[in-house]
Amino acid sequence: MEEKIGIEEEKKQTMPRLGEPAPAFEAVTTQGVIRLEDFKGSWLILFSHPADFTPVCTTEFMGFAEIHGELQKRGVELLGLSIDSVYSHIAWMRNIEEKMGVKIPFPVIADLNKEVANLYGMVMPGESKTETSRCVFVMDPEGILRAMIYYPLTTGRNMQEILRLIDALQTTDKHQVATPANWKPGEPVIVPPPNTQEMAEQRLKEGYECTDWYLCRKNL
Amino acid sequence: MACINPDGTLTSSGLAMLSALKTPITLEEVAQVAGLPLFRGRSGVRDIIAGGLVEEEGVKYSLTELGKQRLETQ
Repeated sequence: MEEKIGIEEEKKQTMPRLGEPAPAFEAVTTQGVIRLEDFKGSWLILFSHPADFTPVCTTEFMGFAEIHGELQKRGVELLGLSIDSVYSHIAWMRNIEEKMGVKIPFPVIADLNKEVANLYGMVMPGESKTETSRCVFVMDPEGILRAMIYYPLTTGRNMQEILRLIDALQTTDKHQVATPANWKPGEPVIVPPPNTQEMAEQRLKEGYECTDWYLCRKNL
Repeated sequence: MACINPDGTLTSSGLAMLSALKTPITLEEVAQVAGLPLFRGRSGVRDIIAGGLVEEEGVKYSLTELGKQRLETQ
């Protein structure tokens, strides 16, 4: 019976796709009832954590609070989520402030019925049927899902990588370029590969730093 | 509701939003004057409309009679 319930619940889960509108929701949070559409016009990072009052999650929340100011400078809002009650969230956030001296400035969804978790495929039954994994979904100001990161329960996320990802996405949008491996702001970016032979020949004359016709870099 | 307490009184963000609405303004202006991020402005305005304290007038929002009374008595 329990197995049957598990399978049915697994079936209810959907996976969002990059480049498509992020699934809409309305949810109870620590800052009131919030809808996804409330973030229209801003970038949004929706992230999940396995459970309140757990050690790795506490370090991650402190990490997200630490980069909150940098995210705000980039026009990015943060929204957390776990399968806990709003009272648990409030108690945990107060505890983090009292014991660690860190105030959590962003809202956190209390997703007790797993509605949002299932909509975004945040529960990985192979790891845990009752907790969300460490997921990160980046939505742009139009509400399009632009990036996803999934980490297991055991491994805390890298906040600098999340900032780097935002910088890369915003640079791509602003300059219509791509970013190479390990790219950081200020470093050369990649000019999109040519689609025709004519474009391939043309770009070699444009002063880019080209290793070959398909790999050209430029400074912004 | 994030803007209205269970006893009907306003929370600090609710009070900030109602105070911002002494003259009809847009949602973006409500958030800005109340010192809230835009997403909080949107969800908060929804709360106070549902509470009958504010009404929509095209792209602007203004206090209802109940909203004016609540602001005076808070």
